[in-house]
Amino acid sequence: MVGQLENGQYQVFMALHLIHEVTSPQAFGMLKDKGLNVAYPARTFATVDHIIPTDSQARPLADDMAERMLQVLEQSTAEHGIEFFAPETGSQGIVHVVGPELGLTQPGMTICCGDSHTATHGAFGCIALGIGTSQVRDVLASQTLAMDPLKVRKINIHGALKKGVTAKDVILHVIRVLGVNGGVGFAYEYSGDTISRMTMEERMTVCNMSIEGGARCGYINPDETTYDYLKGRERVPSGEAFEMARARWASFASDDDATYDDVVDFDASQIEPTVTWGVTPAQAIGVGERIPTAETHTDEELLASALNYMKLEANAPIKGTAIQVAFIGSCTNGRLSDFEAVAEVLRGHHVAQGVRAIAVPGSEKVDAAARAKGLHEIFESAGFEWRKPGCSMCLAMNPDKLVGDEVCASSSNRNFMGRQGSSTGRTILMSPIMVAAAAVEGAVADAREVFGLEG
Amino acid sequence: MDTKTKRSGRAVYVPGNDIDTDRIIPARFLKCVTFDELGPSLFYDERFDAKGVSKGHPLDQAIHAGASILISDANFGCGSSREHAPQAIQKFGIDVVIAESFAEIFHGNCTTLGIPCLQMAKAPRAELAALVQKAPEEPLLIDLESMQIMFLNQSFAFSMKPSTREAFLAGTFDPLDELLAQRDAVAAVDARLSA
Repeated sequence: MVGQLENGQYQVFMALHLIHEVTSPQAFGMLKDKGLNVAYPARTFATVDHIIPTDSQARPLADDMAERMLQVLEQSTAEHGIEFFAPETGSQGIVHVVGPELGLTQPGMTICCGDSHTATHGAFGCIALGIGTSQVRDVLASQTLAMDPLKVRKINIHGALKKGVTAKDVILHVIRVLGVNGGVGFAYEYSGDTISRMTMEERMTVCNMSIEGGARCGYINPDETTYDYLKGRERVPSGEAFEMARARWASFASDDDATYDDVVDFDASQIEPTVTWGVTPAQAIGVGERIPTAETHTDEELLASALNYMKLEANAPIKGTAIQVAFIGSCTNGRLSDFEAVAEVLRGHHVAQGVRAIAVPGSEKVDAAARAKGLHEIFESAGFEWRKPGCSMCLAMNPDKLVGDEVCASSSNRNFMGRQGSSTGRTILMSPIMVAAAAVEGAVADAREVFGLEG
Repeated sequence: MDTKTKRSGRAVYVPGNDIDTDRIIPARFLKCVTFDELGPSLFYDERFDAKGVSKGHPLDQAIHAGASILISDANFGCGSSREHAPQAIQKFGIDVVIAESFAEIFHGNCTTLGIPCLQMAKAPRAELAALVQKAPEEPLLIDLESMQIMFLNQSFAFSMKPSTREAFLAGTFDPLDELLAQRDAVAAVDARLSA
């Protein structure tokens, strides 16, 4: 922290700033207008993810405006001495996959990025904030942000997850219970033995969607799992320096007797594979449940407008809802373990006729690691297309889009109206193995039944 | 006349809870390197069908032409951090947003651009929206200092985040100059963390 501003906000130093082509080019323009320079270019790193096509990334990109955005990012980063993880360098990927896998994301850091899913990095014991473009400008120019203090809600999750229930189901369930605006004014700190047993990639999935619950950021205390993940990563110190860093990181963990503004408990054993039925991530149910009715849903208007958009009926089972598209990828579920989990169950199955299924690794490193294990072949022989890294169909700023009112079983994070590129397109959020099950059945299905995961 | 502490203008009510920034500005319009052209794309998919024909959205109703105050419901601006959303709102000609509550990143983006986000409780907010529907030609007078809206001789109280209100009253809603003024203190933090 640097100090306090006149209006009572605090000026907070940002240890790491990540930028991409959608929300950052305009910030460089703002700097130029004000005659300002980048204050600490070594603390900023750039990648290209939102607009990059996942079929051909040959330059110039087929879309003129996408090409232009990429060029502005290339020029701005070169001009200001900012490292840019360009395509084909082996390090390009979705910004929230790249930061952790390179080891740029380290415990105790304050991190920001012009992207709401920056919450992902909280999995490492970081305060990681999504910001707007004017704030990207502020950080480029001053390496600081003006901030109000946040309240902290501790979300305790205890117990064993049932087979076939994943980190994605956990966070969809938490948002279902606490609501899409339940987290406004809060940071969410996830803890409990369920979280402690999670791998770093699972923890990232949980923290990633904190913003979907309205929370400004997600946080998990760093522990041995965190340090083991970081050890040996490209941008992490090694040898004695690693041991020193590790001791420092451990000192950032919140104390056992810390006080919280709110505490909520969840029983992990009660969580089912969870899917959305509506147009917000909180409009979610267990795959075996029925779509809510006016009696079971608290907001009648929201229910009616969501069902109208989704063309679904109240009280109908969600299982069996036909899908036309299946998407596995995104900053929520586009990491190696996501593809490994799917590959493990997908062998011997095939995507249903009439379903377009794509698997999009979150980064070039994820792609390379998956290929080295032959995962891409398992996906391809099951009828999935294996694509190049990018945000792809999560937000459809690239050629991967829904057409008309297609229904997409998606491992991404938002089921907002029009989110996947068609103003009538419909998104059903779920875990990667649930997407695979839906792809195989051509309809929303219980992965435990489709792949024989019971018991 | 608008001043630091007073805003006036006609209002338009866009109903709905949880209106996300993808609805405010669909992602395809984010393909740009400046924000200058975003105004016409505000709420595009809510306002126009696939053929570009108007669906009669409140923003396109003749009685609301030139409105500069947007009223909506709860959790306005949730989802993506895209500043394109408040930029589109501002470029469209809106300079105040009133809602029951706001998503935080959106609220922060609006503040930096000089768009005050005014919070009102559900009942008075609904009453104000209903009155605006009845007399859309009448202007609202907003006083950020007393946190009151005058409309048709009725007074409505709103609230603002204290730091946001302070920033508007002082004219420091864009914090960049204040942040830059602390260069030496920032350098000290950088040096400590780099050690």
